[in-house]
Amino acid sequence: MPDDKRLMKGNEAIGEAAIRAGCRAYFGYPITPQNELTAYMAKHMLARKRTFIQAESEVSAINMVYGAAATGARSMTSSSSPGISLKQEGISYACGADLPMVIVNVARSGPGLGGISPSQGDYFQSTRGGGHGDYYHLVLAPKSVQEAADLTYEAFDLADRWRMPVMILADGLIGQMMEGVVLPPERDLASLPRKGWAAGHQADTHRPNNHVTSINLVPAELEALNRKRFARYDEIKSSELRFEEVNVEKADLVFVAYGTSARVCLGAMEAAKRAGLELGLFRPISLWPFPHARLAELAAKGKRFLSVEMSMGQMVEDVRLAVEGKAPVDFYGRCGGVVPTEEEVLAEARRLLGK
Amino acid sequence: MELAYGHPKSLKPVQSKYCPGCGHGVIHRLIAEVIDELALQERSVITNPVGCSIWADLYFDFDSVQPAHGRTPAASTGVKRMLPDHLVICYQGDGDLAAIGTAEIIHAANRGEKFTTIFVNNAIYGMTGGQMAPTTLVGQKATTAPEGRDPAEAGMGYPIRVCELLATLGGTKYLARGAVNNAANVRKTKQYIKKAFEAQMRGEGFTMVEVLSPCPTNWQMQPVEAEEWLEKNMIPFYPLGEIKNELGGAETKEAAK
Amino acid sequence: MANKGKPQIDRERCKGCLLCVRACPTKVLAASGEPNSWGYYPSEAVAPDKCIACGNCYTVCPDVAITVYKL
Repeated sequence: MPDDKRLMKGNEAIGEAAIRAGCRAYFGYPITPQNELTAYMAKHMLARKRTFIQAESEVSAINMVYGAAATGARSMTSSSSPGISLKQEGISYACGADLPMVIVNVARSGPGLGGISPSQGDYFQSTRGGGHGDYYHLVLAPKSVQEAADLTYEAFDLADRWRMPVMILADGLIGQMMEGVVLPPERDLASLPRKGWAAGHQADTHRPNNHVTSINLVPAELEALNRKRFARYDEIKSSELRFEEVNVEKADLVFVAYGTSARVCLGAMEAAKRAGLELGLFRPISLWPFPHARLAELAAKGKRFLSVEMSMGQMVEDVRLAVEGKAPVDFYGRCGGVVPTEEEVLAEARRLLGK
Repeated sequence: MELAYGHPKSLKPVQSKYCPGCGHGVIHRLIAEVIDELALQERSVITNPVGCSIWADLYFDFDSVQPAHGRTPAASTGVKRMLPDHLVICYQGDGDLAAIGTAEIIHAANRGEKFTTIFVNNAIYGMTGGQMAPTTLVGQKATTAPEGRDPAEAGMGYPIRVCELLATLGGTKYLARGAVNNAANVRKTKQYIKKAFEAQMRGEGFTMVEVLSPCPTNWQMQPVEAEEWLEKNMIPFYPLGEIKNELGGAETKEAAK
Repeated sequence: MANKGKPQIDRERCKGCLLCVRACPTKVLAASGEPNSWGYYPSEAVAPDKCIACGNCYTVCPDVAITVYKL
């Protein structure tokens, strides 16, 4: 019997979903605008006798996750943009060692110390591999408290299935606002699959040694390891694509937007409809893997695209890559923590359509 | 004919990549001997980071987790918290522990994390070819201190006594400093390691054994000369012995009677 | 009567650091005149009958290249 609906802050819903997904270890560090998540985990992880540590830095926190994940335990950290930058080295190591973990970024405006208001300026960092070397990891972008909870919950399964970090890329607005949410059922820790590659418990099976590592000084071997990982990435690209389409068939102009920006576009679309103008929304939920193919199909149908972002334009480049010049791709964005209004987004669409 | 001194089981019988006369090899053997004596081979995990000890997982015959440079205490925290009944060894060099990883070691120690740090202090960066380390002595030469470590003029800072530094932290229960420059010191160091591992298995909080260790290649000395240099120069600055012992374990109670 | 012992040195494993030579209280060991396949001149027992099985050589050896037996 699933839970009943309750009003919850995004940061806390993410925490509760992680606990229900069987997260055994959480390592965090204070940073606005995700502090409620760390506080929630402190209260509820300790209450359940699970591991909670407020680390001395985000660098330490991600490496604690690395250690816990290396034993096969479901582990997680959360932070916001500047803190996520500090974790990039650890994320590269986790990808190089094929370690599952969940990383939540409640993004804020940058660069530098920037601001604490919502932003989507971490898109490149998240989707291109923000650390050193060739690697990617799943990036899932919720647009509501419900979706933030659902994606966090599922992220633990995805991380285990694909042996990689999975990032939930939310923003300060999604983290801070309260909405109705129905939380997923509690996973039984004992039911989680034991991982044969993990460190520890050798005595149980007398298995050979396991080495969780990312080093290999033999170039051809390291290349082979990377290529094997990229073959797995190809599988992910074909099986883990997630996106949502609203009113795309009827629309001439299609907004491409994720997270909070997508909500703004939906508002603009309603206003447009009242004025007899059909607009559509293509909303990537998986930012990596990015839904290139579907966008290309829509481009072939003569759509034009307006990428709406809370940044100076990052996802727009992926849209252009997908469309390959076959359709116009424009960009409208606010940054610095400014959330675009429905009115200005609608005005831009009208300007582009000349209507 | 009866075997008196033979190869420990927990150490693979292979030639190491370590340089002739390097202290790592001795320290590895001591760890393996104690693990054999405590019958913990299948319940041990070593975390070995960047530095010469990055090769350690080729030699220890049990699981390993390799953290990023300097993050060893953080990774060990994660490993130990998830495997509380395992022996977790946080094996670090002086660059890893006292330079890039200073925050990690101080806070892991302060949290009283229940793993044991084996801190190999050879007063130099080994793997990368002889740079100045936080433990390089004043006047000691390094590739990045060509005229010798100079705290005043060049502002290269002073050598750090890690045991004494960590002794002020509530979470530290056992901090000892040994050396592997002669047989007597090697035997003493083994006792410290055994005491630390036993304390860990009793869950007594943060334990560490710092081991002064020769690095002939980067000190640019013959191994025998390096042992003598260590005796004359390092030991006076880094006094050997149990710097802190707040273990509540059996022996201490016995001793306290 | 002091113990009697016998050191056995793995010539290939030894890197010729000679720390065992320094540690041996009864001068049993010395550098060999013949290099091993690595080009190291390993330690060898030049006066085996003087070995008292104290294990100092084993204790200081960085490569676990020495096994010591009690006779």
